[in-house]
Amino acid sequence: MGIFLSLVNKEALHILRDRRTMLITLLMPLALLLLFGFAISTEVNNVRVVVALDGHSDQTREVIDQLRANEYLSFSGIVPATEAEAVIRRGDADAALVMRQDKGILERQIVVDAANPIVGRSAAAYLQGMMAGSADSPVLTTTLYNPQLKSAYNFVPGIMGMIFILICAIMTSVSIVSEKENGTMDLLLVSPVRPRSIIFGKLVPYFLLSCVILAIMLVVAYTLLEIPFSASVGLVIALSLLYIVLSLSVGLLVSALVDTQLSALIVSAVLFMLPVIMLSGMIFPIENMPVILQWLSSVIPARWYISAMRKLMIQQVGIAEILQEVAILAAMTALLLVAAVRKSNRKS
Amino acid sequence: MKSAIEVRDLVKSYSQVKALDGISLSVGEGELFGLIGPDGAGKSSLYRILATLAAPDSGRAEVCGLDTGREYCKIRTLVGYMPERFSLYPDMTVMENLRFFATLFGVSVKESYPLIAPVFAQLAKFPDRMAGALSGGMKQKLALSCALIHRPSVLLLDEPTTGVDAVSRSEFWDMLAGLKSSGITILVSTSYMDEAARCERVAMIDRGKILVTDTPRKLVAGIGENLYNAEASDMFRLLTALRQYPGIRDCYTFGATLHIVAEPSFNPAEAVRRLAAEGIGDARIYPAKGDIEDLFIKLTRDEKQ
Amino acid sequence: MKNNEPVIAVRGLTKRFGDFTAVDGISFEVGRGEIFGFLGANGAGKTTAMRMLCGLSRPTAGEGVVAGCDIASDYEGIKRRIGYMSQRFSLYTCLTVTENLRLFATIYGLGSKEFSIRSAELYRWLGMEPMKDSLVGSLPVGWKQKLAFAAATIHRPEIVFLDEPTGGVDPVTRRKFWELIYKAASDGMTVFVTTHYLDEAEYCDRVSIMVDGRVKALDSPRNLKARYGAETMDEVFRIVAKEAQRTD
Repeated sequence: MGIFLSLVNKEALHILRDRRTMLITLLMPLALLLLFGFAISTEVNNVRVVVALDGHSDQTREVIDQLRANEYLSFSGIVPATEAEAVIRRGDADAALVMRQDKGILERQIVVDAANPIVGRSAAAYLQGMMAGSADSPVLTTTLYNPQLKSAYNFVPGIMGMIFILICAIMTSVSIVSEKENGTMDLLLVSPVRPRSIIFGKLVPYFLLSCVILAIMLVVAYTLLEIPFSASVGLVIALSLLYIVLSLSVGLLVSALVDTQLSALIVSAVLFMLPVIMLSGMIFPIENMPVILQWLSSVIPARWYISAMRKLMIQQVGIAEILQEVAILAAMTALLLVAAVRKSNRKS
Repeated sequence: MKSAIEVRDLVKSYSQVKALDGISLSVGEGELFGLIGPDGAGKSSLYRILATLAAPDSGRAEVCGLDTGREYCKIRTLVGYMPERFSLYPDMTVMENLRFFATLFGVSVKESYPLIAPVFAQLAKFPDRMAGALSGGMKQKLALSCALIHRPSVLLLDEPTTGVDAVSRSEFWDMLAGLKSSGITILVSTSYMDEAARCERVAMIDRGKILVTDTPRKLVAGIGENLYNAEASDMFRLLTALRQYPGIRDCYTFGATLHIVAEPSFNPAEAVRRLAAEGIGDARIYPAKGDIEDLFIKLTRDEKQ
Repeated sequence: MKNNEPVIAVRGLTKRFGDFTAVDGISFEVGRGEIFGFLGANGAGKTTAMRMLCGLSRPTAGEGVVAGCDIASDYEGIKRRIGYMSQRFSLYTCLTVTENLRLFATIYGLGSKEFSIRSAELYRWLGMEPMKDSLVGSLPVGWKQKLAFAAATIHRPEIVFLDEPTGGVDPVTRRKFWELIYKAASDGMTVFVTTHYLDEAEYCDRVSIMVDGRVKALDSPRNLKARYGAETMDEVFRIVAKEAQRTD
């Protein structure tokens, strides 16, 4: 067996013999995808709306009928106009639609409970939309790319962006640093093997493991989660492989900077996981962030990966539309890889 | 004799601590050389420099006539290094570890086997056991086998006997004697002073400095102190009494007896009489032969003064 | 002389892991104020036996009493009455001497008044007064060792277990530490100690040598040397341990 193969083989033994860790790395992506795909949803349904009015008219009846017909809103009764706020305060309704007749004109007011801002904002939007439709010239809204407005579509790229940082960065850095800790790294370094071979011997097995995970996630995404399958899948795979290499370089850089497994874990988790979750646009839209955080988010690789993946998986666009993201990711990868290899080669 | 290891004025600091403070030594080809000193004396720092893992702040180190800085690639094939802890892969079997290190150096286990056979023999009975499940003595032998697998001409062993019981330690030194006879230069460090006697030459090291270098026999002969043994049934009381006694420079436990370092004017018979008067009736004091620990104690005492 | 009342008494103490018998029915007694040396080759079962005595591991068979507590059932009682110091001095290097001692005092339930009395006593005894506010990480190894001993005995345990307390330490420091052990024993503390330095075995009142999970020899160093016709404990150990069958 050649030196390089032997290094890869050794690493594979470490991975395969640590059954528990391997099981977690394979099952976690699956669990996250299914969780976000089916259980957790950011869609707001069943907004409880009361109608507050002092007297009925044709117009008010028409509004109540629309309310009953709306699938997102649930009509929860009629109360006197002065009661609107009290009903919401008691928690009996999420929103109230107040209607008063003033000199023959129907004045309408929407009162929402924004204790949960997502519910509050959605309720207001639903009610406005509903009433705009009742005007003489109804506004037609057409949803592109994600006609069912499924939030799962939005989450798949986000979860992939998180998983690869998690597995590649944490696992490679911990595995390298553990060799530093138990002294075997010194033995590798004093052998005639080039430091470069040692590093790539570490990266190749984790690259392969990541490919397996990528395959699992894509199969789940395109079958169970019903993301529309199209020619862009080739680009999805290519982009993900680039992102995996980038994540591996991050792990390598971490391993060169820290000396204990614990600090490797903390640095990877805190420095990479949290920003990926908070700032990459995975959950919170980047456009809504303060400007400083928007700048900050642009140095997070996951931001560009997630953005490109959304375009590919949901908008199903071609490569021309994601050139910016690809260029940024490629540049980041090159930079990280050079920095990591340089740091690892440095003598103490 | 040609020297296999040549070190001149080596200095190495880690942040505030001076690990090596101007170390010079030279080890001849085929020599079994001991580096003796307590933990924290700077032994491991010296090993890391010789193994080309660290660069000195100043000074020069050569292994097999090659500079550790410029020619480290060549040195790596000539040197077998066994770090302080027995560094092995605990989740790989005995054979997997051995084979892995063989491929790293581009050799086969088979061609190197005659050299490692005396060390590996006991391990050969359970080739499929995980290295992590081995006892200390067995881990030590496996680590040595791995360090020897590429038939190095210089063996760097950093505290190979720490945490290993006396019988395994003594077996280990027998193995080193065997390796030496096949022409390998061995630099071995230890914190067990009694192991000095198994080396051809030793250097005593403390706080980054070499205190003295010579053959163990000459070192012991050159202590040049007036040494006596003292014993009584209540040793602890004897020790405190003797420390107060005029004409005694130092008194410390030494195995079953106490060692007294005395001024030339010290009269043992007189001391026994006075101890009896103090209530220690069964004290015996008689001349002692010093050993390497006495020397270390003397040298560190001199250093303080 | 030593009191004859045993503080450790075990009979037929056994520990099996699957079909491997690590400790195979050992029986012995240790008297109050005794310095008891617990020797054995690597893998002879020393550590396993010691863990059972400290209430860290439950015996598979056999019975015993440590400091008046049953080793099979009263773990908590044992832990309160013993002190333990391991080869790696388990101190917090980023805390000062006093902070370390206070931490261990709190763990063992000493009140603040008790702590100030006991710590003052220990400082005087160990001569550590001048460095009580220094960070432990900055202390020389000899002081760390003394402090670790102080931390292990802050609650005045009946027995202190020392697991290779002098490994890798220089001859001068090693001897100073043994003088500390002597002092503690003469104050009535029982000392149970393991070591790889066989000259230190000579300092013990009695020594046991474990081989293959059994106690193969147990007596005073003087008697052992006489029985095996040996000059030193080192020779005794070699003779006894050579009989070992276990190679792993």
